[in-house]
Amino acid sequence: MAVQKLPLARALNESLRIALETDPKVLLMGEDVGKLGGVFRVTDGLQKDFGEDRVIDTPLAESGIVGTAIGLALRGYRPVVEIQFDGFVYPAYDQIVTQLAKMHARALGKVKMPVVIRIPYGGGIGAVEHHSESPETLFAHVAGLKVVSPSTASDAYWMMQQAIQSDDPVIFFEPKRRYWDKGEVDMEAIPGPLHAARVVREGTQLTLAAYGPMVKVCMEAAAAAEEEGTSLEVLDLRSVSPIDFDAVQRSVEKTRRLVVVHEAPVFLGAGAELAARITERCFYHLEAPVLRVGGYHAPYPPARLEEEYLPGLDRVLDSVDRALAY
Amino acid sequence: MTVESTAARKPRKSTGAKKPPGDAPDPDLIQLLTPEGRRITPSKGSRGARASRTPDSPTPEELAEYIADLTADDLRGFYRDMVLTRRFDAEATVLQRQGELGLWASLLGQEAAQIGSGRATREDDYVFPTYREHGVAWCRGVDPTNLLGMFRGVNHGGWDPASNNFHLYTIVIGSQALHATGYAMGVAKDGADSAVIAYFGDGASSQGDVAEAFTFAAVYNAPVVFFCQNNQWAISEPTARQTRVPLYQRAQGFGFPGVRVDGNDVLACLAVTKWALERARSGEGPTLVEAFTYRMGAHTTNDDPTRYRDAEEYASWEAKDPIGRLRSHLESEHHTDEGFFAELETESEALGRRVREVVRSMPDPDHLAMFEHVYADGHALVDEERAQFAAYQASFADADETAATEGSR
Ligand SMILES: Cc1ncc(C[n+]2csc(CCOP(=O)(O)OP(=O)(O)O)c2C)c(N)n1
Repeated sequence: MAVQKLPLARALNESLRIALETDPKVLLMGEDVGKLGGVFRVTDGLQKDFGEDRVIDTPLAESGIVGTAIGLALRGYRPVVEIQFDGFVYPAYDQIVTQLAKMHARALGKVKMPVVIRIPYGGGIGAVEHHSESPETLFAHVAGLKVVSPSTASDAYWMMQQAIQSDDPVIFFEPKRRYWDKGEVDMEAIPGPLHAARVVREGTQLTLAAYGPMVKVCMEAAAAAEEEGTSLEVLDLRSVSPIDFDAVQRSVEKTRRLVVVHEAPVFLGAGAELAARITERCFYHLEAPVLRVGGYHAPYPPARLEEEYLPGLDRVLDSVDRALAY
Repeated sequence: MTVESTAARKPRKSTGAKKPPGDAPDPDLIQLLTPEGRRITPSKGSRGARASRTPDSPTPEELAEYIADLTADDLRGFYRDMVLTRRFDAEATVLQRQGELGLWASLLGQEAAQIGSGRATREDDYVFPTYREHGVAWCRGVDPTNLLGMFRGVNHGGWDPASNNFHLYTIVIGSQALHATGYAMGVAKDGADSAVIAYFGDGASSQGDVAEAFTFAAVYNAPVVFFCQNNQWAISEPTARQTRVPLYQRAQGFGFPGVRVDGNDVLACLAVTKWALERARSGEGPTLVEAFTYRMGAHTTNDDPTRYRDAEEYASWEAKDPIGRLRSHLESEHHTDEGFFAELETESEALGRRVREVVRSMPDPDHLAMFEHVYADGHALVDEERAQFAAYQASFADADETAATEGSR
């Protein structure tokens, strides 16, 4: 059956399965990815079917996981590594930033680094400290890395395959609170480019740009706005490095207003970059300054406060109202 | 349990050794109380302990001295500690099931390792726990309900580490081993005679931070005890996924002693930790203690151990239960009567009730709390965002008020 309705986590699982089947050089590595199938079960059943040599339970050492993945890549493998939670990527940050990102450039293009680093990220699941962060900007700021985040099961399925096929290192942020959301996946479709943004809802008065977990919130906001007679366009950026500025520009030239939404702190976040670029590109089209909705300059709060911290429908609509009032 | 048995193994294609000695089923341990509850009095030249020690480790006879003076009261005290800690832990697990806590990391099965080592510390010693050290916290006098805030999701710690010399729980695996070492370096610089103890798991032993802590502690001869609770599992990964040599032997490569102790034997844990802390205090530097124990519950309430471990393994460890062991000892040595156990049961019920009540009445934090303590000196951006957030929240209150007055008109 070409079209299946799958939860996002399951779509990733199917995608990884296809990658393991089609390319013997693809390896999965990480803590608890084998028997347990990962703490979110994204790799469920894969070790059983592909063996311990392909789906590798690693020692509990993130720097070790990424560092050895680099070595495996040098040897011709295509490692797909799992970092168990967003807040645990920092022990590996050194390897990612000082080594993985720069190897291709340092070897004057002679060396490829086809490594995918999967990171379940973002909040909204009531977790304890270090389990709800959105560190994508820290990676997007580093040249040599590509940073993407799917928002639907279909994108999860296709973007994972594309990330694995890429010869560049890809930091693959999985919106953990959307893992259980079901969506249709057409296994025979021809996917769009990995880094292209997509209009997921047409509108005329303002563009909401988001990626990963916030796309759903923006869709809900657009639906709510429609009831009040406001027409919002929703753009799923899908990629944070590179960012598809052309798509954003096209949309903004139509709607003349832009609100960027992400869970990561607003300060120096992806929204800041979008605001600057779009102001440069669309200065004469804009009817309002580009506004941003996101996290605060505060540590991600304990679970009982996360609903206040995370951008929700109300905060998005509040910014929409402000932008429309100019 | 010897290294020789696998050292000569030929390289193989597999990604890892299947059954390295770190996972040996019947390790040669420092033990002072048998699983049946019989006190072991080692005699000079007693066999067996050699393999569980690196060259400069204590002999069993030396260790026995550390507990020679224990009174019946002391023993009953350790039993009480373990029973109440287990009760607290069980209550927290139930509270999680009832939705009062977001998550719980149970210490079930690790009571002896924690009470033994915790009771070995002196008031001026400093403890760096990971996230499962509820028994150690108990020994340090931390009110157990303080531990629940972070698991309920109302704070990220919530106690002042200095009030009991018990640092905040650390969730990032292994980080605190370095903090403990640095603190110990400070203790040494100050010329103080206290010691520091860092707790972590067998999984954590793979982290670079832990290896770096070993390096710093050795190089600076820091007065720190590394207390590794090898509970056999790091979520779904057995110790075999972390190491090919028994963990305590790591210490040798860094230049300090390592000891493997029966982690289900509260007396052995007490003796070994006392010995190691004393070494630290007298300027002899770090020690690695590997408490060989078992995590009897799930890794956390989110985990499903049936996916990766079998019932047989559990059963074999159940027979070594640390609490049952001390109880047998107390009963056979007439250190107790029915009254003692009945009284303890009443006390245990009361603790359970108190924990339930405190947790259920624990208020959610004020919304503005997330902007508090971000910086010690204040920060313009935080001030600005706090003000915006407060105004935004107030706009809802205003709207509610308007709606209410309109409704009453
Ligand atoms: C740096 C880091 N990586 C991963 C995790 C997720 N995690 C939490 S506990 C755990 C297993 C820890 O095992 P161990 O050190 O043996 O301690 P135990 O929980 O068994 O007491 C893992 C992988 C983490 N908290 N920190």
